[in-house]
Amino acid sequence: MSTTARIEPGPNASLDSVVIRFAGDSGDGMQLIGNQFTRTSALAGNDLATLPDFPAEIRAPAGTRAGVSGFQLQFANHDIFTPGDIADVLVAMNPAALVANLGRLKDGGLIIVNNDKFASRDLKLANLEQSPLEDGTVENYRVVEVGITKLTKDTVEPLGLTTKEADRCKNFFALGMMYWLYSRNMGPTEDWVRSKFKGKYADANLAALRAGWSYAETVEIFAGQPYMVPRADDFDAGEYRNIMGNAALAVGLAAAATKADRPLFYGTYPITPASDILHALAPFKNYGVVTYQAEDEIAAVCAAIGASWGGSIGVTGTSGPGIALKAEAMGLANIVELPLIVVNVQRGGPSTGLPTKTEQSDLLQVMYGRNGDSPMPILAPKTPADCFEVAIEAVKIAFKYMTPVVIMSDGYIANGAEPWKLPDLDTIPEMKPTFAKAVEGEEFQAYSRNPETLARPWAIPGTPGLEHRVGGLEKQHLTGHVSYDPPNHQFMQELRRDKVNKIRQDIPATEIHGDDSGLCVLTWGSTYGAARTAVNGARKQGKKVGHVHLRWLNPLPADLGDVLAKYDRVLVPELNLGQLVKLIRAEYLIDAQSLSKVQGQPFTTNEILSRILEEV
Amino acid sequence: MTVPVYKKKDFVSDQVVRWCPGCGDYSILSQVQSTFAGLGVLRENFAVISGIGCSSRFPYYMETYGFHTIHGRAPAFASGLKATRPELSVWVISGDGDMLSIGGNHIIHALRRNFDINVLLFNNRIYGLTKGQYSPTSEVGKKTKSTPFGSIDQPFNPIQLALGAGGTLIARAIDVDAKHLQSMLETSHAHKGTGFIEIYQNCNIFNDGAFDEYRGKGEREENALYLEHGKPMVWGKTVRKGLILEGTTFKVVELGEAYSEDDCCIHDEGNYIQAQLLSQINGNGFPVPLGVMYREQRPTYETAFQDQVTAARGKLGNGDLEALVKGGDTWRVS
Repeated sequence: MSTTARIEPGPNASLDSVVIRFAGDSGDGMQLIGNQFTRTSALAGNDLATLPDFPAEIRAPAGTRAGVSGFQLQFANHDIFTPGDIADVLVAMNPAALVANLGRLKDGGLIIVNNDKFASRDLKLANLEQSPLEDGTVENYRVVEVGITKLTKDTVEPLGLTTKEADRCKNFFALGMMYWLYSRNMGPTEDWVRSKFKGKYADANLAALRAGWSYAETVEIFAGQPYMVPRADDFDAGEYRNIMGNAALAVGLAAAATKADRPLFYGTYPITPASDILHALAPFKNYGVVTYQAEDEIAAVCAAIGASWGGSIGVTGTSGPGIALKAEAMGLANIVELPLIVVNVQRGGPSTGLPTKTEQSDLLQVMYGRNGDSPMPILAPKTPADCFEVAIEAVKIAFKYMTPVVIMSDGYIANGAEPWKLPDLDTIPEMKPTFAKAVEGEEFQAYSRNPETLARPWAIPGTPGLEHRVGGLEKQHLTGHVSYDPPNHQFMQELRRDKVNKIRQDIPATEIHGDDSGLCVLTWGSTYGAARTAVNGARKQGKKVGHVHLRWLNPLPADLGDVLAKYDRVLVPELNLGQLVKLIRAEYLIDAQSLSKVQGQPFTTNEILSRILEEV
Repeated sequence: MTVPVYKKKDFVSDQVVRWCPGCGDYSILSQVQSTFAGLGVLRENFAVISGIGCSSRFPYYMETYGFHTIHGRAPAFASGLKATRPELSVWVISGDGDMLSIGGNHIIHALRRNFDINVLLFNNRIYGLTKGQYSPTSEVGKKTKSTPFGSIDQPFNPIQLALGAGGTLIARAIDVDAKHLQSMLETSHAHKGTGFIEIYQNCNIFNDGAFDEYRGKGEREENALYLEHGKPMVWGKTVRKGLILEGTTFKVVELGEAYSEDDCCIHDEGNYIQAQLLSQINGNGFPVPLGVMYREQRPTYETAFQDQVTAARGKLGNGDLEALVKGGDTWRVS
């Protein structure tokens, strides 16, 4: 065991923010300790944002670069919007994890590396001829070498675990060191370990955690004093929790079911990165939420529409490839005008693409990807916690306008976490839908219209006197009978379009952050955080820049054209090859510019900031 | 609520029926309307769901709740509806192309899950609405617009498929035998689980005469074996015949001096192996079996589905939204 401490001695330094990146094999439990550090930091009152970054394979070949699983988090004493462009600290459990992540570590950053994993076979697995610890690769960093494997094994030895079982505890040793380094309270993680593991396994993980802490403290590898990141003091008063995007979406759907006093039916087929919504919703049965794991994506959406026809809140969740399969049924939901929520947790494409990586490249797919003109309301959460509000809003609009609604989340939001100020539940309006009832002496018309919203009545099976037929064939205005009449088809197509546009009356005025002249940075979805930070940075440098973020992609807000007209230039950063920018150019005839990134990774702040500085 | 005394006309919608004159669908529609009137179910509690194809226009002609959905997916819509509204009487109408080709995946899963729904498969062994291509039940060698040199596809046997998929009530009927078809519809309705009825249906435009061997009254008496639980497998008017078992195969015998009804197999709806054997005979000297081929009782999907909800509410009480939103760990900023 060697410990090479090249870290400068310092006081018990108080830092404004820290970015840590944990990296190891897929099976090393990096996501687990990342989530534990996140939770602990949240409970300590920091603002934070996370970026899990893992391969699609559950256990890619151990020790290889393909199998490296990473978890990055930023925690701060102030309001932050991103998990950080570049890490201050890298915890690397093997050579592959070290070399694969060096590019994401700032110069002079701290590396804590498990040097038990640098034998020649480990180097070979990582495609390395020499040890990066010895060939100068890491000379610009502060490196702390720790024999984590051996230390963990020695720690848990009295508990009688097998070698393999003992090895699995080493992530907790690493976590213990990080907890010491940043003066974290280990209590929440200790409680969590006791609740998740039994007997000697709980004891072993706890022992490894404490051993990591003690090791860091006593061996003085970090030159004495630990750091502190004080609690963020610019949080609004209130009660907070830490939450990930998919979980927030599930809680939002359950809240909608409660406020609507209707059962919520979630029909789905497992797909990355949307499956966690199913996992989160499945236990919510006492909230009136039922989940249905269908035979395929198509059956999932069809079953959801069937449930909606029957008066439930039909919801289906998937990712881009599933949207492709659901397209025909989404068109049916459009013409039969039933409420339906379609959740698209986007990932890299096309085809199977990059299942575990993030992208925003399904916007035009959900906007236009159906036969016939088939307008589809679309809204997108901007952060993990925002998924809660978006879920409720989607259900509200689906009921009010009798329409399918698409929620565009993505992998970054789904698996990312942030502190969430708990909402005042009393402020969420009741949204009980009104079902049609027979009126004596009046013939029921299934396609009559509410003049305010153009919604048709929701007449559910079981209602006496309202027996009627719906279906995919064109409908006669008012009666809903099958109609091949040419002018009626044009009338109905325009009506369905106008109905979706009516949603504009529910969209609040567009907010401008920063300047209302100069350059407008226009974003949607998860690009919010990096763009907001970049715009703030540019404005600190005296640049005239404003940030406009869109929650609704269809319809676009009524005032958006006027807002964009205030600016000389419009820049649209997107994780695709330029999709929203096409819609903006077509809608407003302005020369909006695209900033495109399709690497399976979110924007860094610097990528957007550099482009802003080029533009202004 | 008391159920009114319905007549067939109470189930006839105001829409003009647009099937070709002479289509077998007319008879099936008429039997379904007559049967619904007598099931003791409130009219508003019927939901008729179809996919795409000639037969799938069916819901428009029924004065019930109806949903004409998309190609092949009717069982999936029915699943979502039945899971959430178990009290409804749900009927899926489909054809051989809709259900066994594009919708093959959905029917097998509906059968294994055993929703308490009724599935009427109109089998005419041809694509009608797309004007005459071979279907997944067309026989090998069939010449159609898309198979000018004869079909090379091995056809599905719908009864075998339903048996293999775990169906709990599997029957066959024929469009023109009104009384028997009605009794099969009643049997399906009474069954707690998926009732799967293959209905031989003549397409007089693109596949006329496909079922002539047992469609006319005379032919039917000679060539159709009407299955009845507990009764011997016998048929034929001019010559009485019966099925006996030799090893693991059926053999046709003439009743008279050598054999009597007592020698014939007794139909047992609960005998899965016998149902397998019955599913395989059809022509070539064998009769076509009509009636309930197989029946078993198994819990329905929607019952188990709703039981979990009831159990969760019983154990945890109605969901407390505030607790849900709080989750595990919270902290306060003042």
